[in-house]
Amino acid sequence: MEDILNLFYENREFIFLILVSIFLGIEIISNVPAVLHTPLMSGANAIHGVVIIGSIIIMLQADPTNYYALVLGFLAVILGTLNVVGGFVVTDRMLEMFKKKAR
Amino acid sequence: MMQNDLLGLSLLELSYMIASVTFILGLKMLSSPDKARRGNLLAGYGMGLAIAATLLFKEEFSADKWLNYSLILAGLVIGTVIGTRMALKVKMTAMPQMVSFFNGMGGACAGVISLVEFDHLRHGGEISTGMLIVILLGLIIGSVSFSGSLIAYGKLEGKIADKALPAGQFINIALLFALFGLAVYLAASGNLSMSLIYALLVLSLVYGVLFVMPIGGADMPVVISLLNSFTGMAAAFGGFLYGNQAMLTGGILVGSAGTILTVLMCTAMNRSLTNVIIGSFGGGGTSAAKSREQGTVKEIGITDAAILLAYAHKVSVVPGYGLAVAQAQHTVHNLEKILEDKGVELSYAIHPVAGRMPGHMNVLLAEADVPYPKLLEMEDANDDMANTDVVLVIGANDVVNPAAENDPGSPIFGMPIIKVWNAKNVIVLKRSMGKGYAGIENELFFHPKNRMLFGDAKDSLEKLIGELKNL
Repeated sequence: MEDILNLFYENREFIFLILVSIFLGIEIISNVPAVLHTPLMSGANAIHGVVIIGSIIIMLQADPTNYYALVLGFLAVILGTLNVVGGFVVTDRMLEMFKKKAR
Repeated sequence: MMQNDLLGLSLLELSYMIASVTFILGLKMLSSPDKARRGNLLAGYGMGLAIAATLLFKEEFSADKWLNYSLILAGLVIGTVIGTRMALKVKMTAMPQMVSFFNGMGGACAGVISLVEFDHLRHGGEISTGMLIVILLGLIIGSVSFSGSLIAYGKLEGKIADKALPAGQFINIALLFALFGLAVYLAASGNLSMSLIYALLVLSLVYGVLFVMPIGGADMPVVISLLNSFTGMAAAFGGFLYGNQAMLTGGILVGSAGTILTVLMCTAMNRSLTNVIIGSFGGGGTSAAKSREQGTVKEIGITDAAILLAYAHKVSVVPGYGLAVAQAQHTVHNLEKILEDKGVELSYAIHPVAGRMPGHMNVLLAEADVPYPKLLEMEDANDDMANTDVVLVIGANDVVNPAAENDPGSPIFGMPIIKVWNAKNVIVLKRSMGKGYAGIENELFFHPKNRMLFGDAKDSLEKLIGELKNL
């Protein structure tokens, strides 16, 4: 319990940020027309690809002889990149069509 | 040296801050049709900036880490090449499963990060219960999201059938208990055994599979959206672990936005999230509809249909997934142009969950150059229905099923629908008398105002166009 309270205290600023972000996320989404639900889901999908930064940090901090971390980190970089790049490109393809007919 | 470090770190944090702002603005812009594309690009640039800044400033470059750097660059290149190719090759109809696949990759990435960090803790990292909990949660949520997304992908591709285990709910709940029991034990005991963490990994993966497996195809959009927000949360746990603002804001935004989107979709179908997850949609629909007197089905020929359309003032098209499968979105747009030349006013009535994902129909019709203002949302379309002369239902079924209004025994009872029978005439384009995606009968087909035009949607539409040109 004390550990968890400590975690809270040490990270209170982050926890504050988390709370604010949760409300921000809800606010931003609440006004979206149904038309844009699919591209929006796809765009959000690309954004959580930000997890790739974690995999890069692992690789940067790994000891060059720690093959466990290197192999898994390498895998994570590939997976994360797929999420980011694939996500943004697919979303762009969907939205390109909306653009075209707007003329 | 010290100053250089400080400069680098400031640039790093500044980049993360800018990236976070682009994520927020990007999501915001994604909610308006004419800004959406720029919003997506903006968030993409922000992401690029965050990645580049991490590479450059997070750690000071040292030559003996050449292997680390080459592996990072190789991973980035491999991921970019494969991701771009997949995203560019995929057909518009297969978009939902593509999103699900990429979502699974993100979940896997979060899971793998947790594995490495767990191992790191074992080798001399400072063990704090708090951090351990964050790592374990990241592993569980990331893995569930990974295996669940791949099952959702397989289902939408038609490679995996809906299957419910007998006593499936019981097994799922037992699994969930086992999962959290193990996680709590790991966190509380500080016993950092690798075999236990692998057991946790396997349990999470199995849970992801069993979680999505029994859920019916009609509910897949809701599930993908839910898994999307799971991955967001997993990314946020990563951000917490590294004290990384960009990961935190990005992950949390998607986590909360994804949850809201999931709820919005459930509301559109008038079902609760628990109902989606626990009850398998369409699996065991009651027989209320079947036992009812079914009446007769009237057919209509191509020529009659063409004449009806040509002399109408107002025509409304209700597209469904059948239209997407038949790749008929361009054909329907051609029909629209011909009818407009004849002075017929045509609009599209879009049900929020038509297709396999909310907004799926809009994307498909946009691909065929259908102007945005012609797409009416369900409420507007319903208000207009009484003034509509002909409704063309193309490959849609459940979204026009009156059972949702008048048969409390029906699995879709309570779902808002497009009330096409309020129009003067209804023509349903359909391959056969088969059931819709939810697997239930549709009384509309027996409605006195309705006539059926059997055949492949695209084929029938082309014949209609041919006929209209000759009129």
